[in-house]
Amino acid sequence: MAQLTCSHLSLGYEGQAILKDLNFTVHAGDYLCIVGENGSGKSTLMKTILGLQKPISGSITFGDGLRPGEVGYLPQQTIVQRDFPATVQEIVLSGCQARMGRRPFYSAEEKALAASNMDRMGITPFARKCYRNLSGGQQQRVLLARALCATQRLLLLDEPVSGLDPQVTAEMYALIQELNQKEGVTILMISHDIVAAVRYATHILHVNRAPFFGTVEEYRRSPLFLSFAATEGSDQHA
Amino acid sequence: MLDTLSMYLQFPFVQYALIVGVLIALCSSLLGVTLVLKRFSFIGDGLSHVAFGAMAIAGVLHINNEMIFVLPATILCAILLLRTGKHAKTQGDAAIAMLSVGALAIGYMLLNLFSTSSNISGDVCSSLFGSTSILTLNTLEVWLSVGLSVAVVAIFLLFYNKIFAVTFDEDFARASGTQVEAYNLLIAIVIAVIIVLAMNLVGSLLISALIIFPAMSAMRVFRSFKSVTLFSAVLSVVCSVLGILISILGSTPVGSTIVAVDLVGFLICCLISFIRSRASA
Repeated sequence: MAQLTCSHLSLGYEGQAILKDLNFTVHAGDYLCIVGENGSGKSTLMKTILGLQKPISGSITFGDGLRPGEVGYLPQQTIVQRDFPATVQEIVLSGCQARMGRRPFYSAEEKALAASNMDRMGITPFARKCYRNLSGGQQQRVLLARALCATQRLLLLDEPVSGLDPQVTAEMYALIQELNQKEGVTILMISHDIVAAVRYATHILHVNRAPFFGTVEEYRRSPLFLSFAATEGSDQHA
Repeated sequence: MLDTLSMYLQFPFVQYALIVGVLIALCSSLLGVTLVLKRFSFIGDGLSHVAFGAMAIAGVLHINNEMIFVLPATILCAILLLRTGKHAKTQGDAAIAMLSVGALAIGYMLLNLFSTSSNISGDVCSSLFGSTSILTLNTLEVWLSVGLSVAVVAIFLLFYNKIFAVTFDEDFARASGTQVEAYNLLIAIVIAVIIVLAMNLVGSLLISALIIFPAMSAMRVFRSFKSVTLFSAVLSVVCSVLGILISILGSTPVGSTIVAVDLVGFLICCLISFIRSRASA
């Protein structure tokens, strides 16, 4: 059974649909990249999957024993966070809030989980440092560690490499790939980097007036990708 | 000077003022960090004016214990402001400005039209700048203040981790099933309670200072949410006690003296942060 099924999904704001009739499924261990032009509704789609806003019509079903809300979310950074006085440890721990329910304080188990996720992301040395003093790549690792505290099964990443320099971007992609391949974490990633998307992902969802969903191989043969390849030049995606 | 001070400290009204002052300072600083970081400072400012208007209405209606009327009215407006701030895409801040200035104007007009007091401008001045009300508290008001303060501190401690999560990243919190709207509402209600409490200490025009200064000062110097919160609480209490004592000794208005001490505290924190950045550069 699929972890996530979207059928006949239409979404947008205030009754105005920006995406219509989306159909796709995500299975455990998939690496799905959502690509599309700016304003095509990628972030809206992610917010709808997360339950932050309601779809206009259609349905989103969680399966495979995945509860709604059992998703790790890596949002785009907000202005508030850029000068937020909090340590790395405090932020990573806050990923455990779904596990807490109504309990007001973190348990020893949750603290251990946060510590192990900081270790996985290689940010343990900064645990007591202030978030706002970290580099962009380090901040993304912090938010990734926080998302992993929420779940080990499905991560939703909203442009995780935006604003990072090329080397850090490559490191970030490698880290996400490792999570996907070695630990079997399902990845749903918004990206505007089609080149990287076809390189790392197993499936592509190209949101558009006529959305495309399929495996990377199918996407490479699709008119959407071919027209992109023609405009971008052939050297970038050999 | 110490003799004068110990003499004053014998008086119950001075003791009450100090107890209530410490509690109010503690409460107002706790949520200051959240307010500043969530860009909610405007709500604090708007509510303080609303509280002034409510107080005027309470006076006109001859309600003996004003807090009974002012507290629910302010809480209601807090909920209202939170909603307009969220939903109005444009002109949201203008709506808040209208509400707060409107409340201020109506309040002053009502006081002028219906006041039984012979000294209207004195009354208005004291509710705007809290010049004497802290020194004229009766026992009921003291206990009410103590009770509300304890409730505020208890709520803050109990929901500390949730408040952190909601402040740092609303979307993430909502995605992991946290009732963000409920916590925002809780924060707004607690702010309303704090503002009504703090009216006694510094008056309605200066309340924002009590909420914002300690948080801004602590954010200059400290790096973790916990240490920022703790330090702003300590700083706020110290500044308020100093302010009250100075005002007693120097016969200066209590509210503005406390705010002046808060300002000095902020400048000292700025200096520390400046020196530190020079040293590390």
